Amino acid sequence: MSLHFIEFELNGRTVEGTCEARRTLLDYLRSDAGCTGPHAGCEHGVCGACTVIVDGKAVRSCLMLAVQANGKAVETVEGLTDNEQNLHPIQKMFREEFALQCGFCTPGFLMTLVALDRTEPRPNAAEMRAALSGHLCRCTGYQGILRVVDRLAEETR
Amino acid sequence: MSDRPPAPGARFIGKRVQRKEDGRLITGRGTYVDDVVVAGMLHAAFVRSNVARGKITSLEAAQARALPGVVAVYTAAEIDRLNGRYSNAIFDTPDSPYPDSGLLARSDVRFVGDPVAIVVAETRALAEDAAALVEVEYLVETPVVGIDAARTMPPVHPEHADNLVNTQNSGEDAEIEAIFAGAAFCVEDTIANCRQTQLPMEPRGLVVSPHGAGEVTIHLACQSPHIAALHISRVFGLPEQQVRVIAKDVGGAFGLKVTSQRDELAVIAAAMLLGRPVKWIEDRLENLTAGGQCRDDRMHVRLAFDADHRLLAADIVYDFDFGAYPHGTQPSSSLVTVMFPGPYRLPRYRWKAFGWYTNTAGMVPYRGPWMMEMFSREVLFDIAARHMGIDPIELRRKNIIDTGDQPFPTAAGVVLTDLSCRETMEVTVEAIDVAAFRREQAKAREEGRYIGLGIANGIEPTTVSFGYYSSDVAHIRVEPGGRVTATTSTFSQGHGTVTALAQIIADRLGVRFEDVTVVDGDSATTGFGGGAGGSRQAVAGGGAAIVASDMLREKINRIAAHAYNANPESVRIENGVVTIDGSPEVRSTVAEISEMAYLNTDRLPPDMEAGLEMQYRHRPPPMVFANATHACICEVDVETGMVSILRWVAGGDCGQIINPSLVEGQIAGGVVQGIAGVLFEHIQYDENGQPRAVTLKDYLVPTALDVPRIEFRHMCTPSSTPGGFKGVGEGGAMISPPALVNAISDALAPFGKRWLEMPLSPDRIVCGLEG
Repeated sequence: MSLHFIEFELNGRTVEGTCEARRTLLDYLRSDAGCTGPHAGCEHGVCGACTVIVDGKAVRSCLMLAVQANGKAVETVEGLTDNEQNLHPIQKMFREEFALQCGFCTPGFLMTLVALDRTEPRPNAAEMRAALSGHLCRCTGYQGILRVVDRLAEETR
Repeated sequence: MSDRPPAPGARFIGKRVQRKEDGRLITGRGTYVDDVVVAGMLHAAFVRSNVARGKITSLEAAQARALPGVVAVYTAAEIDRLNGRYSNAIFDTPDSPYPDSGLLARSDVRFVGDPVAIVVAETRALAEDAAALVEVEYLVETPVVGIDAARTMPPVHPEHADNLVNTQNSGEDAEIEAIFAGAAFCVEDTIANCRQTQLPMEPRGLVVSPHGAGEVTIHLACQSPHIAALHISRVFGLPEQQVRVIAKDVGGAFGLKVTSQRDELAVIAAAMLLGRPVKWIEDRLENLTAGGQCRDDRMHVRLAFDADHRLLAADIVYDFDFGAYPHGTQPSSSLVTVMFPGPYRLPRYRWKAFGWYTNTAGMVPYRGPWMMEMFSREVLFDIAARHMGIDPIELRRKNIIDTGDQPFPTAAGVVLTDLSCRETMEVTVEAIDVAAFRREQAKAREEGRYIGLGIANGIEPTTVSFGYYSSDVAHIRVEPGGRVTATTSTFSQGHGTVTALAQIIADRLGVRFEDVTVVDGDSATTGFGGGAGGSRQAVAGGGAAIVASDMLREKINRIAAHAYNANPESVRIENGVVTIDGSPEVRSTVAEISEMAYLNTDRLPPDMEAGLEMQYRHRPPPMVFANATHACICEVDVETGMVSILRWVAGGDCGQIINPSLVEGQIAGGVVQGIAGVLFEHIQYDENGQPRAVTLKDYLVPTALDVPRIEFRHMCTPSSTPGGFKGVGEGGAMISPPALVNAISDALAPFGKRWLEMPLSPDRIVCGLEG
């Protein structure tokens, strides 16, 4: 296996290193870059637990190779805040709406919603729910997550 | 009624207090097992059987062993050196007929996914590369697939005489046939679940760190570090104290992680043989094919009613497919026959139950493993109502037990208490304006649209305080600085147990919620307890927390009374501030009292033990019952077979609620899992025993687009345990399938069919309507 040099921006810092061509961005983030927020739920792009933001778009880091991140800006859940007392507004809503139980899927949901929230024009509630259909949560029955979407949609108006 | 009801003016119990766990989980700083890194850690991957049944004719691992970075390739020959013998020492009896086979397949394989070899390498990728280089050849045999095949085919486990795992029955009843023969109305049919899997978003996994001779620390995705440690020590014949199990965050379990399975135990064996730390994280393919499966059961039900629609007798036959290597041979699904009478007056009851081995993945409990009792009874009630030409709600009103009937001994010998079955049903029905719905339904039918209403009643036996689940412990201490630390034997996989216990402790002690920290998740540092299972933690752990807090508060009162020359009864503690009735000049704090207890011990009463800590191990009653009624309105598109859920009302009585948001989270999660079992999720095997749902594209888990917004109606009949709590973890998953199937059946009533074989996927509905 050949090794490749990669350099990318991770949560505002420059990260550089070498990795095999076959290494996924998810594995690189978790094992090499110390970001364990993205989780490996299925490793085939269905569950969404590994979702991160790359150049402004929510992507599945289990379906992207680390070498493909070269030169790009990657944001993980760790980049949303460095302090539990100063949560991103969507993180705060997740907490207030009891939108998580075990929390394993939560970083993925957060990153998709944060990416949508930054999109102009901001998507409506139906569009946000449609985007969330690419994320699986096994604990909550989605009730709190749907309330978060309701609140985000209210704010858009 | 509880003898320790919530204190008047409770500040936290019953409130929607935000979770302590969330801070780390929403910022990506949780510690799940795959986040654990141990110095020098190796990685494991499995070689698994790709045939359902066959003899291993050759196994060639030389190429795999030669791959740089590979440390070991072990087969049963090496793993068996540790004499690890799988059995479920926790939930089985010693004479349980567990198959006598190793942690890895020895000479034959018995399901697709059966672990044949374990590869240990420097990285996960290398371990997987090497696993792919191991060549195994099989002499393929015809597998036993399904319950009917199990009855007639040669045994899955050659050391057994047949495929029967267990069988039980209620005994001879010479008169029951006469009751059926003389009844005004009889209905009968068979309802069949489809096989599902628990599917926590975090698969199974562990990091094993051996320390010299027989001592081992294991970070494990589990439901109870204590149960896990005890189980592992029994399997390997190690003294209990030499196995330490640690877990911080667990990404859901739902029964799957209740005890370790053969593959997890093989990882422990490999690490012990190597004397080096080994990590194994299950991937989703392994999880879907070999992780643990459930709900592959069916029941034939006969019900007899008199002319006034009162239930006269029930006769059931229950069959359960255990797969090849079940989690145990005496599963909690035996509660199926015990709980079948439900909340109804049933004078006569006969039952038979059979468990079967097949060449498929092993049965592991899934949230409400005995749900078939509720499913079959409630669906047959609706069939009976249609048959007799009466409203299904009226039929239930005729037969449901009342508050005045309790304590009520059921036909299965269970004594029901503290339930509000009729009241909860009426509150739920009231939320649906049934008359208005029937008008809307009639109008819709004229337009060619099919909408239906289904309701279901159920009783959830919680706490199940038997065997290793008999008790829980809370050790609560006020630190010298005044903050409170509790170590408990409870353990959460997302339940919010730490928050609920902190609410209880803060209320009972009179301190601030943010000053209470609850610590769990380590078999070496917390007292023994069953953790999550049987919806037990609110009653068992909550009861322990209440009594220990009360004992501690009494000590604070005594210290304050001594220090300020007062009577202990006159001491008040609120928000951590200590005052004395009638002495307005005294204003102390729990921190100050604690300082006396640890630092200025001469201020304590002369004979008092120093320090400020108390422990109590609570022994709850064997079962604490909760009840619920759910109502569902759905629409069925008869062209496409698609079912849309339009409304869902969840009425429930789980006694004194600790935190309504946690309770609703438990109910909602269960309801959606139950809906999934009716509409979406299906682990299918073909006739060769090959699993057909091997990715999440094949195994359909509900998404945010598939779920109703659930409307909750909370009733409160306190239990007789401390705090008046009841469990609420599993009922949602048991009651939602009958509510939904009844709604679908009501919608499609004009077609005159029965909908009894799950899943009711679009193709099944369309074929059923056309057939």
